[in-house]
Amino acid sequence: MIASIFIVISSLVIIISIVIFNGATSLSIEMVTQTASGGFYLGKGGGILNAILGSLFLALPATGLAYLISIGIAMYLQRDFSHHGVSGFVRLSLDILWGIPSIVYGIFCLTIMIALGIGESLLFGIIALTLLEIPIITRSIDESIKMVPHGLKEGAYSLGSTKFETATKVVRKQAMPGILAGVLLGLGRGIGDAASILFTAGFSDRIPTSLFDSTAALPTTIYHIFQMPYPSVQQKAYAAAFVLLIIVLSISIISRTLSKKSTKYVIK
Amino acid sequence: MTEPINIQIETDKLDVYYHKNYVLRDVNIKIPAKQLTAIIGPSGCGKTTLLKSFNRLLEIQDETEISGKIIVDGINILNNKLYVPDIRKKMGLLSQKPYPLPMSIFDNIAYGLKIHNKISAKEVEDLVKYCLEEVGLWNEIKNRLHDPASRLSVGQQQRLCLARAIAVKPEVLLCDEPTSALDPIAAQQIEKLLSTLKRDYTVVLVTHTLRQAKRLADYVIFLYFGKVVEQGTSGEFFDHPKHSETKAYIAGDIS
Repeated sequence: MIASIFIVISSLVIIISIVIFNGATSLSIEMVTQTASGGFYLGKGGGILNAILGSLFLALPATGLAYLISIGIAMYLQRDFSHHGVSGFVRLSLDILWGIPSIVYGIFCLTIMIALGIGESLLFGIIALTLLEIPIITRSIDESIKMVPHGLKEGAYSLGSTKFETATKVVRKQAMPGILAGVLLGLGRGIGDAASILFTAGFSDRIPTSLFDSTAALPTTIYHIFQMPYPSVQQKAYAAAFVLLIIVLSISIISRTLSKKSTKYVIK
Repeated sequence: MTEPINIQIETDKLDVYYHKNYVLRDVNIKIPAKQLTAIIGPSGCGKTTLLKSFNRLLEIQDETEISGKIIVDGINILNNKLYVPDIRKKMGLLSQKPYPLPMSIFDNIAYGLKIHNKISAKEVEDLVKYCLEEVGLWNEIKNRLHDPASRLSVGQQQRLCLARAIAVKPEVLLCDEPTSALDPIAAQQIEKLLSTLKRDYTVVLVTHTLRQAKRLADYVIFLYFGKVVEQGTSGEFFDHPKHSETKAYIAGDIS
């Protein structure tokens, strides 16, 4: 047991220190304020602003969309709305979807893109990430809704609330900390995933200006930079990883604060 | 048995099955209006099930079957064509453990007002104040109306639940052992409120303490293993019980 814990903790420490040590040294103002110029991948100037913004443009709308869809599914999965058999089947499907590797989502979207004749674009990157995040967010919202005390629902129903009012005005508020945690989990997965956007969002040195532009993201940038044979260029991958880590950490802190605020009203 | 004069709720051959086992069998009762009726009986005899059948809360549980009739204001509320929220709105519920809504004290009461009526903010404020005064909470909490309801003591939460029930203007208050989770003083406050509120509402109180039934009830229904053994006015029931099971229960021989 102690050995297992040692492995976990030490790998966390090693990962963070490698990223911080290598990343912080190659991180500069230029890296985060400029887009990649032509010779960036050969060791020349420029930065990864295109990838930072690309990641945000991809993951934030995808998480928003996935949340809207997930909350609908999770509400439906409650006993009040769906038959036991149906909800069991939906849950099983979600669990299977959760287990599907993200590259498969990427290929699935690529197939649709080819059929529609649309090229690599921000839009399909968002769609791929949305699909990837839906099972994660739905299942965690579902679990937190399951924890809502039966007596609370009875209370709401006894006031003459409809099922919809009970679900959206009472159950949702009670489950809010869990819902936020689920959204964060989805966002974390979405912003860090490379495989699903590799074929769908493509790659670009510019900041996307429309949904149909291809775009870079931090994970794909890291992937591309590391393929370059120059150590000085590879160093920049750590900088990108460092930025990614900072973004994920700040999302985590923001959502923790929000989550704390939302627990204020939760009935125990 | 003396027939109550104004009947609020009447059941006819009410059967409830849960997972194919009967919980209530052939329940025929009459609950008088604007009085306090106590439903008593040993644990697991179906008291809570009977209470929750009155506002159709049973159907939000799985595997529950219900047959027979429950007549409220001349209408069989088990009719599936009826709009369930309207039935439930007539019956406020006070549960064993208070469950305030996950919002502020003010919103707990405003919630019910807002989902049923289109009323101005000023009217909402006035009604919230009125309901809190009715349950004796106003003076205790008037300065922290926008605090989360979860910060109130359990006794205050129970009175808040009573206030929020009153806010939607029910005809009946269904109380499921509302004092069992409370300390003696808070319990006393609830008992006092219930005996005042029966002037305006029909109160149905499920209780497992005989003394509470004796203190508060005008009318008593005794359930034993899912069947009604005896029902009658409090005086008749406690002083001249007719059935041997009732006598044994009052004497404390069965519990």
